[in-house]
Amino acid sequence: MTFASIAAVTTTLILVAVFLALVLNLDQMARNIEQDVQISTLIDVMADEDQIVALGEEIEQIDGVAEVQFSSNDNELERLIESMGDEGQAWVMLEQDNPLNHVYIVEAVVPEDTEAIANQIEELDNVENVLYGQEVVEQLFQFNNYARAIGLALIVALVFTAIFLISNTIKITIIARSTEIGIQKLVGATNAFIRWPFFVEGALLGILGSLAPIAVIIGGYYYVYHNFPDAVTFRFVELLPFDPFAWQLSGMVLLIGALIGVWGSVMSVRKFLKV
Amino acid sequence: MITMENVSKTYSNGVTALNDINIQIERGEFVYLVGPSGAGKSSFIRLIYREAKATAGKIIVNGRDLSKIKERHIPYLRRDIGVVFQDFKLLPKLTVYENVAFALEVIEASPKSIKRRVTDVLQLVGLEGKAKMIPSELSGGEQQRVAIARAIVNNPKVVIADEPTGNLDPDTSWEIMKVLDDINSKGTTIIMATHSKHIVNTIKRRVIAIEDGNVVRDQQRGDYGYEV
Repeated sequence: MTFASIAAVTTTLILVAVFLALVLNLDQMARNIEQDVQISTLIDVMADEDQIVALGEEIEQIDGVAEVQFSSNDNELERLIESMGDEGQAWVMLEQDNPLNHVYIVEAVVPEDTEAIANQIEELDNVENVLYGQEVVEQLFQFNNYARAIGLALIVALVFTAIFLISNTIKITIIARSTEIGIQKLVGATNAFIRWPFFVEGALLGILGSLAPIAVIIGGYYYVYHNFPDAVTFRFVELLPFDPFAWQLSGMVLLIGALIGVWGSVMSVRKFLKV
Repeated sequence: MITMENVSKTYSNGVTALNDINIQIERGEFVYLVGPSGAGKSSFIRLIYREAKATAGKIIVNGRDLSKIKERHIPYLRRDIGVVFQDFKLLPKLTVYENVAFALEVIEASPKSIKRRVTDVLQLVGLEGKAKMIPSELSGGEQQRVAIARAIVNNPKVVIADEPTGNLDPDTSWEIMKVLDDINSKGTTIIMATHSKHIVNTIKRRVIAIEDGNVVRDQQRGDYGYEV
């Protein structure tokens, strides 16, 4: 029974940890992307220099625009080649006959305004196309919301299982010690005096159950954090740093474990002591 | 010291254990509670230390009104009352010393005062040489003396004993009575439920007889009054 309740806490907390690490990282990524959303205004290839300057001024007039930066098609090609790494070399031969557009890179003061600004730019003359990352951000946030809902439901169910098992373990201890408790009451022990050993036991079960998950967090996150950047190379995809994130997560898991334990014992003590 | 005014106790199953009891017990008295089994003696005792709650009437113990006492104040009421049972209620795995010290640990006395008090009280009941034994190594009379030591170790004003000699042979019973009499002579009020005609008729004290939940007799230096 003791083992079962510790195992239940362990399972629950490993899940809590994985889920928290996932959600918090996704959240962070989405926020990174959102903060960094730029609108790429592709300028019509037919536009002459005057028209391009005029367009730049028009964009600057739009409410909520923080910065407008011109980037020539050569510049854009260079960026493309750079971002593709080794594969980018294939694009080098296009330098003589650049198929890309000149671009205005526009940043909004508030990321939420990005969509509205993009729509206004699209209406202007000499604009071929408007590209921005809003859709990606929205999808990411949406995915994150789903993940959070499913994860939470799962965790709540597991937390209750763990609490139930702990309260059963405590119940057995209480029954085993019923004579002693009876005598304690007889000689004038206060309720608090009778209860606290059971709180300690519950908290201890919870803390014991959180040890394995903490090891998993520290070891697992260390591994993922140090191997992740090589596998994926998006510029927004950046994990929360191991230090302090892994420690904070461990602390949180320890606290949740202890709370589950205390809660379990409170439930039992209330029902069975009636002191 | 203990006052009951129009006290009744009806259990949730509808059984009336006590019916309109009026009793006054003064400080330092020694009171026998007699009557047939099921007459209400145990209920009477349980009401005093608030193991049970009166359904009607007023009970005052050591200045506390038990009809109004808050749940969290009950432990403090019990610290002024020592309780002794027929079946001793000792903890089998603890030594004699630990069983007695238990009552002081529970009220969070200082370790130094615990040692002094337990040593004193074991001497009082004549068990100073057996402090390190566990209950199963003791005779019934010795076990009951441990229970009495535990009951009086925090200097209660009242000791309540529910058939303390019920499981003991006559010789041992006299040992226990001597201990209780000693305690009483030091000023502690004693209320003792008993079926022992011999004891009641030999050590003459106040006798309260209960039958069917009613006090049928309350007599100073009374007799047991029942044929056994």
